[in-house]
Amino acid sequence: MNSAGLSLEQAPPFSVPLRFFLTAPWFLVLAAALLAWRGPEVFASRWLPATLALTHLLTLGFMAQVMLGALLQMLPVVVGVVVPRPRLAAALIHIPLTLGALVLAVAFLNGSPAWFQGALGLLGLGFGTALIAVHLALWHAPVVSGTVIALRCALGALMVTVGLGLALGGFFGWGFSLPVVIVTHLHTAWGLVGWTTLLVAGVAYQVVPMFQITPPYPSAFVRGFAPLMAVLLVAWSVLTFGDWETAARLTGAALALGVGLFAMTTLYLLTQRRRKIGDPTLAYWRTSMASLLAGALLWLLTPWVPALAQAPQVEWLLGILLIFGFAVAVINGMLYKIVPFLAWFHLQAQLLGRAKVPTMKQLLPEVRIRRQFWAYLATLLLLLVAAVHPSVLTYPAALALGVTGIWLGVNLWAVGWTYRRILQDGLAIAPVRDNQVMRG
Amino acid sequence: MTTITEFLVAEHRACDDGFAAAEDAAHAGDLARCRANFQQFLAAMEHHFQKEEAMLFPAFEQATGNAMGPTRVMRLEHQQMRETLAEMSGALAGGDLENFLGQAEALLILMQQHNIKEEQMLYPMCDRFLGGAVGSVIQALRDFPAGGSP
Repeated sequence: MNSAGLSLEQAPPFSVPLRFFLTAPWFLVLAAALLAWRGPEVFASRWLPATLALTHLLTLGFMAQVMLGALLQMLPVVVGVVVPRPRLAAALIHIPLTLGALVLAVAFLNGSPAWFQGALGLLGLGFGTALIAVHLALWHAPVVSGTVIALRCALGALMVTVGLGLALGGFFGWGFSLPVVIVTHLHTAWGLVGWTTLLVAGVAYQVVPMFQITPPYPSAFVRGFAPLMAVLLVAWSVLTFGDWETAARLTGAALALGVGLFAMTTLYLLTQRRRKIGDPTLAYWRTSMASLLAGALLWLLTPWVPALAQAPQVEWLLGILLIFGFAVAVINGMLYKIVPFLAWFHLQAQLLGRAKVPTMKQLLPEVRIRRQFWAYLATLLLLLVAAVHPSVLTYPAALALGVTGIWLGVNLWAVGWTYRRILQDGLAIAPVRDNQVMRG
Repeated sequence: MTTITEFLVAEHRACDDGFAAAEDAAHAGDLARCRANFQQFLAAMEHHFQKEEAMLFPAFEQATGNAMGPTRVMRLEHQQMRETLAEMSGALAGGDLENFLGQAEALLILMQQHNIKEEQMLYPMCDRFLGGAVGSVIQALRDFPAGGSP
């Protein structure tokens, strides 16, 4: 351990994370449009091309987009290491990831190998840059905290997820021979349980106790959970691949228990919060963890309950609970903290003493957050019911999803516009002197 | 044996509770209670900053021979928090609880980002680098007088 490796520098430029955050909501809108276009047939199976396109608009366009943008922002804070060349890294991740998500959705819809080849190249570039940039930072971490351990496991899982995804892309694009069903199962599990859950856990260890002012997660949990889940995932993958059915089932049950334990621990900590005032992002955390818990229970029970195992809707319900209920909720909630805070922070740094900087609550009034949350919650419930009764509820669910996405996008863009206007006005009143050192 | 990390993390948690009390009073619209709670919170924050700036950071800088690294950023962040605390004081002086709460939201994030860096990185490094001197540094932090330099 040496102090020279520790850099507690300030955040990267605002534009670095902001581009990801302002792009992501429109992928919810695209997913809604696709759902409305294809209608109830989408719910017939998780293997339909339209369903796969829809899933990847959400996981790549929304989830990965925000998760990678937030990582670039957070690494200096939680790990003490700055990602080198942040603007270049951000451009090399954001542009290929955004285009790659769109091209992959088209590829699923039209089935053309050329589109799969294009998507594979773009996503390979975007994720490749992200993995290299973030790995470099993570392995240089001067102190290995529980969060660093969880982030390393999450990043390892992302590498497996992307590797399997690229192999599947090779199947569709170049006709690689692959056991597609098994590889898809592994790709899904590593993406949702490995990358997403472990990243959220690593972040939750910090933000739940600190921003909600709760007791900390138990220290054994903080250090042990992510490595244990990673080992279980490896074991489960090997057993699944080798077709040892009972052993794979038991390991799968252990994974579901682990996920459920994380959700329950977080829900419990949230009941212990010493911060008295209501916080609009709290509702998002609770919804997210309740969905994760419900998903874990469903996953735990399905192999043992014949009625569930034979119901085609179970996979859909599981997907909605984990992707839209768990991941989209926690990301949506976190965006409402991160974006107004960064706007305030960068304005404060550049305008201090020259112009009045609005507070976070003036940049994004709480009432807008609360209203958008109700739209989100309605969408989640409609999607869950639509999975069981598609003929009645697909269109209302699609409409609600579109409204939620547009509302989130408008809320975040409004912060971005206000930021620009105030910065321009402030600098016009009192121009920054050339030799003035700007903080932030 | 207590570590620097344990000792100062406890101070952070006490400040968190002070923050929550002031914020709660503001949310309830109780200006008098908010002013009293905020004064206590402000004093605790300033006392903690001064302990670090006058005692801990110089000890770390001496042990590592590095005065331009992490401690420079920590001092800078103390300054940012002082600026925001001053805005909050101003809002309270004018009786503007809405503005106070808006500033509080940003202060909480500034505070906690700073705490993460200190608790996860700087304090453990202090414990490691200061070695045998940890006990005397903690004693000095404990004895540090409120409201002034030693």
